[in-house]
Amino acid sequence: MAELVRDAPRRQELDGTRRRLADRDGFLAWIFLVPTVVYIIVLVAIPFFLAIAFAFSDVTAGNPSYDWVGLENFSRVFDDPVFWQALRNTFVFTAISMVLIVVFGKVLAMVLVADFRGKWLVRFLVLLPWTTPVALSSITWLWLLHSIYSPIDWVLRNVGLIEDNSYFLGKPALAMGSVIAVHVWRLVPLAAVIMMVGILSIPDDLIEASRIDGAGFWRRLFEITIPLTFPLIAVAALFGAIFTFTDMAVVYVLTGGGPTNSTHVLASWSFVRGIGGGDIGQGAVIALFLFPLLLAAAILILRSVRKMETI
Amino acid sequence: MSVTVEVSNLIKQFDGGHVRAIDDVNLAIEEGEYLVLLGPSGCGKTTLLRTIAGLEQPTSGDVLIAGSVVNGLPPRVRKVAMVFQSYALYPHKTVLANIVFPLKPEKLPKQERESKARWAAELLGIDQLLDRKPRQLSGGERQRVALARALVRAPHVFLLDEPLSNLDAKLRASARDELKRFQQRVGTTTVYVTHDQAEAMGLGDRIAVMDKGKLRQLGHPVEVYDDPADTFVATFIGSPPMNLVPRDGTLVGFRPEHLLPVSHVTGERVDVTFHVDRIEHLSGDRHVYGTVSGLGEENRVIARLPATVTDPVTPGEAHAFGVNIDRLRFFGAESGTRTEPIRVDAKHG
Ligand SMILES: Nc1ncnc2c1ncn2[C@@H]1O[C@H](COP(=O)(O)OP(=O)(O)OP(=O)(O)O)[C@@H](O)[C@H]1O
Ligand SMILES: [Mg+2]
Repeated sequence: MAELVRDAPRRQELDGTRRRLADRDGFLAWIFLVPTVVYIIVLVAIPFFLAIAFAFSDVTAGNPSYDWVGLENFSRVFDDPVFWQALRNTFVFTAISMVLIVVFGKVLAMVLVADFRGKWLVRFLVLLPWTTPVALSSITWLWLLHSIYSPIDWVLRNVGLIEDNSYFLGKPALAMGSVIAVHVWRLVPLAAVIMMVGILSIPDDLIEASRIDGAGFWRRLFEITIPLTFPLIAVAALFGAIFTFTDMAVVYVLTGGGPTNSTHVLASWSFVRGIGGGDIGQGAVIALFLFPLLLAAAILILRSVRKMETI
Repeated sequence: MSVTVEVSNLIKQFDGGHVRAIDDVNLAIEEGEYLVLLGPSGCGKTTLLRTIAGLEQPTSGDVLIAGSVVNGLPPRVRKVAMVFQSYALYPHKTVLANIVFPLKPEKLPKQERESKARWAAELLGIDQLLDRKPRQLSGGERQRVALARALVRAPHVFLLDEPLSNLDAKLRASARDELKRFQQRVGTTTVYVTHDQAEAMGLGDRIAVMDKGKLRQLGHPVEVYDDPADTFVATFIGSPPMNLVPRDGTLVGFRPEHLLPVSHVTGERVDVTFHVDRIEHLSGDRHVYGTVSGLGEENRVIARLPATVTDPVTPGEAHAFGVNIDRLRFFGAESGTRTEPIRVDAKHG
């Protein structure tokens, strides 16, 4: 082959080398990977190591000179009960939100694939929360949950379910519930669309075969639809969980961590401490705390996905 | 347990009436019968089968199973089992779990369910594959799993949609044989869809020939072959198809194997002159292409000479051929349907 190329006219030889360059998968893979690698280094790796460095320093917003302080930031963070409250909240927030998002997403996905009159309108309305900026929609929620003018309160009062206003955002448990509710409301459309894709990817004849085999709605759901879409749901849930775990938008806009720091999650607490309070060292420690937890979650779910042998 | 299946005045339209997939079909299938639905691609075979199964609802007309109208009832209460062309095995379940699945609505203990599934697997010779997933099976094995899943709960009716079309020719022949013997053993009413006429002739107690959503003929394989109801059936069944020669507003039809050198035609016959163009040798037979004159208008025909006929036939020459008069069929030139025989000059051979 090499001899053939050497004997051939010059232009063909050129063509030959060029083709061989493009054929080298390893080389091409590197070219295509470069942007990703640069992106990860600049936007993920550098901030990550910067955060580690800050965690052991006394850097503040007012005094950015770097002095090594050892584990002092860690002990100060761990001595603060708000940190532990925020940690607990993060878990509660993530776990409850994800369960609700998956369940409601699944239900909504089935509504979306169903065939009925005016389904384009329903699909449009369902996707609306996802397309609305969270800051904007949270303001609407602020009104819906307002301590005095809440329309939800008004309805409940007139139906006779409650006597007094609920003060949704004024009591710790209700405030946390409100945060979860808004976050679920925000992510369910995305979850529904992802699961809809999963449902639509199941071949029709499998569904029909299960109908012939006498499976009713629930058996079909639990033995056909869910197992066949499980890998997709698991990966989507992983991303959703990580997103939820690190998200502070709803908390920040809706409650600002209140009442009395009872609804803080790690991300919002880190932000309040590090950026709001200017104590960058402490902020970094709190933010770093997310890392091992996220890593564990990622490994866990990826492993369970790999274990599933489907199709 | 076997039951009758009947469809009456069945019409099925798609796309708000733009497509008429089934056009006024009447069909009665007897208990334990093996009926083959045969027709060209797109003639509505699958649609008819799915309507019987309950996966599609008729636009008008009725489906009757065991004498009662089942329109609107879901598939599961019709007690039909269907084997899909794609087999539609559950990819995430093992072979055993696939076969067990149809038993779950019946409130049997788990062990009894599994022993039934094992019985079905044994019947089809796949009992050593029970722990595999469908993707680890060959086409033939998949087909058997699909059959086992269909028969495990002793359905009243089997509906098979081209179950052999994914197999290679050799496996198909043996699977066809296996399927027929299996059906004879269990005696379940079966509707079998195919567009392969060899499969239809070999398997069916009766054949229903469909075209463009209409039922063209229903009868014994021999009857459909020998006495086609119209020119569509005459030319769709048989390969090479029936020869049709126009004569006085009628089409005179005869099968290629009945056009023989005069010395081989016994009984009363019509004589024709056969101008031979070309000869093909196919598995011992000679397929002779040419033009006949003397029967009606001059027309291109094919003769199939069995290996036992050794008379020399030369391309480019005219030969004296004949057709037994009992083998002639007559169709209206306009309508295409069978008509009364017309007089042809016959000779005794
Ligand atoms: N869901 C549908 N919507 C619209 N048209 C359909 C639908 N299903 C079938 N058809 C049409 O109905 C006609 C009959 O289809 P069907 O699948 O019954 O054919 P078939 O005889 O099974 O063909 P094949 O041998 O190719 O499987 C075709 O013209 C097809 O395009
Ligand atoms: Mg079909």
